[in-house]
Amino acid sequence: MSSEAIRVEHLAKQYRLGTSRGAFSYGSLRETVSDAAAAWWQRLSGGQPDVESRKGDADRFIWALNDVSFSVSQGEVLGIIGRNGAGKSTLLKILSRITRPTRGLAEFRGRLGSLLEVGTGFHPELSGRDNVYLNGAILGMRRAEIQRKFDDIVDFSGVSAFIDTPVKRYSSGMYVRLAFAVAAHLEPEILVVDEVLAVGDAAFQKQCLGKIQEVSRAGRTVLFVSHNMPAVTRLCSRAILLSDGSVIEDGFPDQVVTRYLASALGTTARREWAAGDPSKPGNDWISVRSVRVVDERCETIESVDVRQRVGIEIVFDVRRREQPVVPGVALLNEQGSPVFSAMDTSPVWREPCEPGCYRSTAWIPGNLLNEGTVIASVALGTFTPGGKTIRQAAVNDAVVFQVIDPGEGGTARGDYAGPWAAPVRPLLDWSLRRGELP
Amino acid sequence: MPLPVTRVTPPSGLVGLELSELVEYRELIAFLVWRDIKVRYKQTTLGVLWAWLQPILTMIVFTVVFGRLAHLPSDGLPYPIFTLAALLPWQLFSSAVTGSANSLVGSGSLITKVYFPRLIVPLSAVLSTLVDFVVSFVVLLALMAYYHIAPTVNIVYLPLFILLALAASFAAGLWCSALNVRYRDVQYVLPFVMQVWLLVSPVGYSASLVTSPIARIAFALNPMAGVIQGFRWSLLNAAPPSWILLPSAVIVGVLLAGGLLFFKRMEQSFADVI
Repeated sequence: MSSEAIRVEHLAKQYRLGTSRGAFSYGSLRETVSDAAAAWWQRLSGGQPDVESRKGDADRFIWALNDVSFSVSQGEVLGIIGRNGAGKSTLLKILSRITRPTRGLAEFRGRLGSLLEVGTGFHPELSGRDNVYLNGAILGMRRAEIQRKFDDIVDFSGVSAFIDTPVKRYSSGMYVRLAFAVAAHLEPEILVVDEVLAVGDAAFQKQCLGKIQEVSRAGRTVLFVSHNMPAVTRLCSRAILLSDGSVIEDGFPDQVVTRYLASALGTTARREWAAGDPSKPGNDWISVRSVRVVDERCETIESVDVRQRVGIEIVFDVRRREQPVVPGVALLNEQGSPVFSAMDTSPVWREPCEPGCYRSTAWIPGNLLNEGTVIASVALGTFTPGGKTIRQAAVNDAVVFQVIDPGEGGTARGDYAGPWAAPVRPLLDWSLRRGELP
Repeated sequence: MPLPVTRVTPPSGLVGLELSELVEYRELIAFLVWRDIKVRYKQTTLGVLWAWLQPILTMIVFTVVFGRLAHLPSDGLPYPIFTLAALLPWQLFSSAVTGSANSLVGSGSLITKVYFPRLIVPLSAVLSTLVDFVVSFVVLLALMAYYHIAPTVNIVYLPLFILLALAASFAAGLWCSALNVRYRDVQYVLPFVMQVWLLVSPVGYSASLVTSPIARIAFALNPMAGVIQGFRWSLLNAAPPSWILLPSAVIVGVLLAGGLLFFKRMEQSFADVI
């Protein structure tokens, strides 16, 4: 492992389901004894202890990680994403040496500081000052190191006025800020961070992300587990997607996040509802038959070239003439941020609709959306005299599609290939004048 | 400078003790001891006074029950000081065993969230009781002054007896804490065991009362019998602990070595079962 900071080979971890925690029942004692005897026999006969060998017990075990292999170069910021229970935390726990793998090997070079929780070992009775020292020591800092950084830690936390108050009197925000301040001043070669950003307010989260960015700029390796997809795409140089204990995607964060979101949402580019379907969106007046993502030829598409225009098609029924109705769409990007919303402003919709089947398509021009996953919600709304909208038939997260930049030019990217933030990426007209300005 | 490479591998049957890691983490041990002591007397009105009151109150009870009511002999010494010289090492031992036995389970949130040598947990629990012992030792010195008892030159052996008591409690603590992680029954059985152990140790009575060969053997197997006799001998010039110290020391040595191996073996699954 020359420039490799971390290497993980065929890592697997098996947990037993429904362990009789601490129960000294006849059964568990008997099992303990018989397991010990079996292991002893296996060692005598020179065999590898095999956890699966006991017949009929296989269903009581679960593989939290199953044959995971990857390596991380020094200075890389690796995002680890996946649903709850996909094995992310288990992976971090093995790397942090909290638990042992069942099979395989993990290796890392240098000091590894893990931050699986903020405030590990904080004692409520002790003052903020005492807890800084205690927590620092638990996280692996030397006393002299904590002393040297103490003022910085307190400044960073912003709780200096309460530093001699027992932390049990702190608000939860103060508690978390102080705890993170200690952790942020760890200086390991490898930093492992799990979901710290799930706690705290927006300002705190921003502070955390800033610190992680700073750590990675200093050339240190970071492993970052999060459900915060914008954070992963922004901070990480690479991401892996775990599912049921295996790595199913490994690559650029945008790409991996897109894959994760598409699989997590379970939404496709085409949604249809049969006539008698009780989940059919709408009411006895207006109901939606189908929503599709379509190209110029009205074919359903799952991905679109960023330069091409793409349509969101809604097919709906109107059963009786009542009041004017307006179709609308709202787009979200993969991070759940709104891209834009729009409605059909055609004068057609100023008059009450005649009964019948309608097909309305919203065309999104090329070179407007940014790359990535786009989620479209649709609605058919009416307006009250007070100016409010009532959604008569609506489908949230109706369809999803990918916007792809094939890198052939003709897009707002120009020759730049790096990450590109913001929901939209319009190709603008730029003007230029050379010479002395008046 | 090449950085050290750490390997994380599946649990194996052979375990190293990695005691050098304890030296590396010595500051954490100090911090945990300091935390235990600081927290123990926080929000108590009397604070550290409790370290004095506990042995004094027990001494009064023992003096009344064993000295005044039962009229047990005390090797010619005033009964209060005779029993206090035994109570101090006994309380050191008993709180060290109880504290370390419950230490791992009590530190569950640490063990599942951060790595450090797990041995630190029971070790710091034992060491934190030593601080209480030192504080309460002042009471004994004051009582000796009150009764005009001057320590003999044998007081130089006292640290050895303290060390034996600590080693015995650490050995017991290693076994109990590791077992307690898997079988919480330990924490319910332990108070009962400690009560019986107190009665079979010569705390409230003199070892000279015990004359039958079987009982002498039981004393030899009980390290605390030797420790208590050693305290009375080195401080109060009572009868020396004689040959029973040797088997006691051997037993403590074996239990300690076995406890360390057992603990290191069990440690590999602590985070999964705690």
